[in-house]
Amino acid sequence: MINPIENLNKVFDSRVRLGIMSALMVNDEVSFNELKVLLDITDGNLASHLKALEESGAIKVQKGFIGRKTNTTYMATKAGEKSFRAHLEALEKMIKGTK
Amino acid sequence: MQENEQSLKDIQHIKTMMERSSRFISLSGLSGIAAGICAIIGAAVSYDYVMGYKDFIINPAADSGSELELLYNNRLFWIAAATFTGALVSAFIFTWLKSKKQGIPMWGNLAYRLLINVSVPLLAGGIFLFRLIHFGTFGLVAPGCLIFYGLALVNASKYTLNEIRYLGYLQVLLGIINLWFTGWGIYFWAAGFGVLHIVYGTYMWYKYERN
Repeated sequence: MINPIENLNKVFDSRVRLGIMSALMVNDEVSFNELKVLLDITDGNLASHLKALEESGAIKVQKGFIGRKTNTTYMATKAGEKSFRAHLEALEKMIKGTK
Repeated sequence: MQENEQSLKDIQHIKTMMERSSRFISLSGLSGIAAGICAIIGAAVSYDYVMGYKDFIINPAADSGSELELLYNNRLFWIAAATFTGALVSAFIFTWLKSKKQGIPMWGNLAYRLLINVSVPLLAGGIFLFRLIHFGTFGLVAPGCLIFYGLALVNASKYTLNEIRYLGYLQVLLGIINLWFTGWGIYFWAAGFGVLHIVYGTYMWYKYERN
């Protein structure tokens, strides 16, 4: 039997990252502040998780302005969506497998 | 076994985040309270005209040619317009303040989607009621307002705080009951747009914004 844990992606191995990816799966783009409110975490914490996801190629960043304020938004990449779906399937398999 | 539970929790977390991130969460309970107060003031001001103690025609001598002129010559139309504007502006202000406090820009995709979904049933209802008035069925105006507004809320609740759905159901229910008590329209109207808004706004404020 294949161990389903192998399919679990290390990049998504955190509540915050799961939350970020979930939000980006159902929205075209989400801003930094929206994510912050949604996940209820500090700027620094969120930024470091976003950085990790960006470096793995799961999300991409777009810097813009609203008036004079910077507005940074994030989107899931095609590869990110694909690996997140695979991660979800692995989670499902684990639950079914151990029943 | 523990891993199993962990995976289940992860999936639940994912579901919650997907749902919450696709909703407009800046809607303030204070907006509901403000809109409710506007509605009660509006109902109080229009009471004498609706009950027929005072004439609602502004200029009896005016030759009411078109449907629109007929509307402009009616005090109730201006009271309704002022009430609606007051409610909208005050609701907007409190939601704007809340979004500012949360640090979320108010005009995002979510706000836009919410607005579209409220507006479609409301506009259709508005046109429908306009025609009802034309045919003189004034007794159906208050129930019509409540029913269409309730449906608009039910429709919009998918895109904002979920509790709005139940406010919508209550408005529809009130409107339907009102269909059998047509002389009591202004009371039902004040109860739905005034009291229900204030009660719901208070509840929402207590639940989400109290701190």
